[in-house]
Formats: sequence, C-alpha cells, structure tokens
Amino acid sequence: MGAIEYVSGFQIVLGVLARFWTVWLALAIVLGISIVFKKRLGLYGQLFDSGVGVAGVAICLFWLFTSILASQISPFNPLAQIPIMKDALPGAIVPDSGGVYLFGGDKLARDVFSRMVYGSQIVLAIAPLATAFALMVGITLGLPAGYYGGKVDSILSFLANLVLAFPVILLFYLLVTPGIMETPIPYGMAGLFFIFPIIFFCVLFYTRFKNRPERLYILLGTTILIGGWIYIGLVFDADPFGIVSMDPNELNIFVAVVFASSPGVFRIVRGLTMDIKTRDYVAAAQTRGESPWYIMLWEILPNARGPLIVDACLRIGYTTILLGTLGYFGLGLAPESPDWGTAIKDASRLLRSFIHPALPPTIALMSFVLGLNLLADALREQSMKD
Amino acid sequence: MLAFVLRRLGVMLLTMLCLTLVVFFLVNLEPNLKKLAISQTEQRASAEQLESWLVKNGYRQNFFVRYGQWLGVWPKQPVMDANGKPVPRFRYCDEPDVPTFSGVFQGDFGCSTKFRTTVANKLFPALGATGILMFWVMAVMVPISLLIGILAGMREGTRTDRALSVASISTTATPEYVSGVIFTVIFASWLGWLNGSAASATGQGITFYNFTLPVMTMAIYGTGYIARMTRASMVEVMTQQYIRTARLKGLSFSTVVIKHALRNALIAPFTVIMLQFPWLLTGVVVVEVMFRYQGFGYVLVEAAGNNDIDLLLGCSLISVFVVLVTQLISDVGYAYLNPRIRVQ
Repeated sequence: MGAIEYVSGFQIVLGVLARFWTVWLALAIVLGISIVFKKRLGLYGQLFDSGVGVAGVAICLFWLFTSILASQISPFNPLAQIPIMKDALPGAIVPDSGGVYLFGGDKLARDVFSRMVYGSQIVLAIAPLATAFALMVGITLGLPAGYYGGKVDSILSFLANLVLAFPVILLFYLLVTPGIMETPIPYGMAGLFFIFPIIFFCVLFYTRFKNRPERLYILLGTTILIGGWIYIGLVFDADPFGIVSMDPNELNIFVAVVFASSPGVFRIVRGLTMDIKTRDYVAAAQTRGESPWYIMLWEILPNARGPLIVDACLRIGYTTILLGTLGYFGLGLAPESPDWGTAIKDASRLLRSFIHPALPPTIALMSFVLGLNLLADALREQSMKD
Repeated sequence: MLAFVLRRLGVMLLTMLCLTLVVFFLVNLEPNLKKLAISQTEQRASAEQLESWLVKNGYRQNFFVRYGQWLGVWPKQPVMDANGKPVPRFRYCDEPDVPTFSGVFQGDFGCSTKFRTTVANKLFPALGATGILMFWVMAVMVPISLLIGILAGMREGTRTDRALSVASISTTATPEYVSGVIFTVIFASWLGWLNGSAASATGQGITFYNFTLPVMTMAIYGTGYIARMTRASMVEVMTQQYIRTARLKGLSFSTVVIKHALRNALIAPFTVIMLQFPWLLTGVVVVEVMFRYQGFGYVLVEAAGNNDIDLLLGCSLISVFVVLVTQLISDVGYAYLNPRIRVQ
C-alpha cells in the first residue's frame, strides 16, 4: 500500500470542470437562446429578469443535463469497485488505468464522483414524474371537491386529511418495505393512481371537443392508446414492446411518493377552485349552459395555473428530499444504488474517520433542491407582478 | 366555538380510528407477520414452527377480533400451554392469564416484542426525551425565524431583505440528514467543538457539548420556512393603511414596527409554527437516528424495523394525535388571535 499517487487540489477542480464540459456547453446553448429570445418565451422568459430566476434555472438545468449525460460525464462505473482505492482521498490516481478518483473513493472502493453523477439520474427519473402524477391525482379530485362542495367535498377532504395526518416517515416505513412487494398492495395502488392521468385527459378532450367528433375521436383514441400502453407497462409490467417497464423497487417508491404528496395538491386545488368559482367568467360559463366538468377544466384550471406551477416546483424539491430520506433509512432502493440518500447514509456512519464521501452527495442534493426553490420563488414573484 | 371544537374532536377520534385500522392492517400483512415470527423464534425455525408460534400467540385470530382486543372492546385471551392451562401470552409484559378487556381504552398499549417490556414502559420515557429535544429546537427556531422574517419583511426589497430571503430559501433546501452531515463535518470532525453523537445525553444528561448539534440540525430546516411566512405576513401588514397613518402621525419607524405591525404580523406565523410539528416528526426520526439519541424517533425506527406490532401502533397513535392536536390548536388559536374571525 501507499503506492497511490494524488493530483493536486487545483487539478481536482480543473478535472471536475473538464468532466462536465458537455453540461457547460448544453447550459451555455440553452441559456444563451433563452436570454436572446426571452421576450417571446412568456413566463419562462420573464424568469431571466431576476438574478434569483437565472440561478434557479441554471441549477435545475445543470442537474437535468448531468442526469441525461451521466454516462459520458462519469469516468468510472458507479458500482465498480477497485479494491486498492478503498477510502482513497480526493484526487487519488488509479494505479493501473491512470484515471483519477476526483472526489476520492468510498468504503467499498467506488468512485464518489461517478456515484454522485449517477445519483442525479435516479432523482430526476422519479421526482418530477411522481410530482406530475400527484398533480394529476390532486387536480382530478380537487376540482370537483372545490366546485361541488357538500358531500363530495366532505368525503374527499376527510380522506385527504387522513393521509396528511400520517407522519410521512411512518407511512414510508409501512409502505416501502421488501415485504409489501409480495402483496398486491403496491400494484393495486399503482393501478389506481396511474388511471388518473388517462381519466384526466379523456375528460379534458371530451368536454372541449364533444361537438367536433372528428377531432374528439382522434384525441381520445391517442390518449387511451398511449395511456393504456404506459399503464400496462408500469402496473402489470407487461408492455408488449418491452420499452415501458419499472423496477418493482422503484414502482413501490414511486407509488408511496405519489400517495404521500397528492393530498397536498388536492388541498391547494380545492382551495383555488373554491376561490375561482365565484368569479364572473365562471358565472358566464354557467349561464351559457356549459357542463360542470368543462367549467372546471377549461375555465377554472387555466386560471389556477400560477400557484400550481409554483407548488409543483417546490414539490419536486420536496420529493427529492423525501427520496433522500428513503435512501437515508435504506428503504426501497437497493443498498448499492448510487442515489444521494443512500450515499449520505453510508458516508455519515463513517464521518469520524473520513469526511470526503459524505460531502458530494449532500451538496448535490442541497443544490438541486435549492435550485428548485429559487425557481419557485422567482416564478411566484413573476406571477405576482401580473 | 365550543360546538366547533367538539365537532373537530369527533372528527379527530374518527381519523385516529381509521388510521390505526390502516396501520393495523399493514403490520398484519403476511410478510410482516413472518418477519415478526422469525425474529421471535430461533433463527432456523421451520415454516411449521413459525406458523405454530403465530397460532399460539393469537396472531391467527380474526383480524377484527384482534383489532378489537387492541382497542379494548374485545377480551384478550391468554395462551394455553402444553397441559391446557392458561398462561400469560408474553410473560415479560405481565399479561393476565384470564380473558380481560385490556386495550387502548383501558390505557393498556400492549406489549413490545422487541424490547420485551410493555409499550408504555418503553414509549413514555422516549417521548419525554424527545420532548426535551423538541423544546430546545422550538426555543432556538422560533425566535430566530421570527426575527429573520420581521427584519426581512420590515423594508421589502432592500438588500437586507434579499439577503435574508435567499438565506431562508437555502435552509428550506437543507433537510436534516444534509445539515446533520455538514454540521458534524464542520463542528465535530474539523473544529472539534461539539460532540457528533448525542448518545451520552440519555445517560449522563444533556450538555451543550452533546446536544447542540442535534438541536441545530433540526432547527435549521424549519427556520427558513417560518421566516418566509413571517416575512410575507410582515410585508402585507406594512402596506396597510393604519401603518401609513401611524407613520404620518410622526411616530418613529421602530415604534410603528413594534407597536403596530408586529402584533398583526405574527398571526399567520403562529399557524405555521403549529403546523410545523408534523414536519418536525420526520426530523426527529432522522436526527435521533443520526446522533444516536434514544427518543421517540429511535423507538419508531426500531419498532418498524422489527415489525413490533403493539409498539408501532402506539407510535402511530401518538404521532397522529400530535398532528391532529396541533392542527386543532392552530385553528382555535387563529380564531382567537384574529378578531375578525372571532366575531363571526
């Protein structure tokens, strides 16, 4: 031992910057185009008027590109172990290949840098999608609850409060266990939640185009075809083409996250609907004799989009934190998975001896959530101006 | 007001009943019962032995009968030994050897199979320990976040406001397991000022040295959120007519803020602080596991990890109770603090 050589701190910084060169390039192109055309880009363009907005967009895009280009950025396989590199300090040079462990090695001799880069993939695959599903469920149930009030509202609100009264951590300990995957519960819940987007889009198109069958049939057909295809792939893992499928572990986490966050969306949508339904344009639509679902989906929902977009940004950040919590408690994800939560858990146990494996995943997670929060803040400022 | 509180209490009871039923269902799923049986019998027990352990200890009775027993509306049955003589189910819990109504309604929370003692014996000291932690967290978090919020919201748009706002956004992006690691690295590994473990707090008492890190870690996540709510509320109050009137009367800026704005600006944060309790619960679990502090969160993790049915039910009952009671207090308190709502 002792044969490991190190590069200097300055070289580490340069090395990290160089590894991300594709990301910098992509960022420069996207930000450049956005700033040039910001007048024509609506709400997104307005984000570039404030420093907070630019920072938020840049951080979020950075992690988005990192997750897409992960295989190109990371120098090593995130699961590969090179025994001599166990607990190697940052900048250690792998003796045979000459590659550099930029952020050092963890206790299982894996490259911390590559694991951090690949960790972004797991977060960005689950968090935005789970938030989108939670939004669909929350909107589809929140609109009628707020619009009709009465019994529908009482029952749905009671159910939502029931879930909200559950401490998140307990919910996850009960729902995300290896044991529960032997039962039909996660699949049943997936079956229930994944049907909501299909219902949502069908009703959306039906209420709008019911007098124009030539367009309605095309749209409904496409929705049911694509929706059904994804549905079969995700819930039954029986996609005939083998493209859409989800690891049972991930499905379990996904379902639990959607379950935990949709009541929050429900509450917001319900409150917004109750507020907006007193407006004149809703009364006008009612006088025109529009159907209740047309009013909810085409009059109320578009006018509630501002707060909902802000909430979605915050919620993706919160979901990221939740995924980290799951990883931290070793729930759901495989123990060798490179996600940030698992990495923090592994590293935090050894903080007394080595601190370098702990810092990259913590800072990555923090910066991504910070980016989303800044984005939400900038969006809120902009929507307040209108 | 009384009718409102009574109705809320009724809904609360119904919610607790529903939730415990759900938890009861989940912990009694077949894989979870297997896990329990495996941890309670010898390591190499065969499938039949596991099954007979489950039958013997009454885990194979009707689901609703068992839920009734836990609630205390159905008598708990003793176990028959080899000679057909009734013996207590779990000896270490002092369970009776005659059928008795002994459940939550009678104040009996059951028996912890993991810690080999009654749930009450394990849970209430742990709650006390967590209570101390929570007290210090609140004592640190509330004044700091209110101060930040008021300073930021007092003069909207200034440099102080923007700096404090970005700082509070950053803290909301720092969950406990992130700040815990970062603080431990800085204050324990690097500077060596503080202890990276609060394990000694349980035995040798709480000191600044072993308790600061857990409190700091937990407080930081909530601080930003409360500060932002306070800021928003303060900004709104500062644009009101009566503030302008007070300024035009010639009162100094500080008098206006302290005497006129503060009282009205603190109504909204009160609700937010109350609603923070459920969020703090997750924080408690993370922090207690991270700093090895034996409180409620530690018990919850142990109970869930070993599928300790009665202990887990006790934990859920208490956490749900805390969530619902804080919601009730926040609603009642809001109505009490805000005269406009009180009159209606």
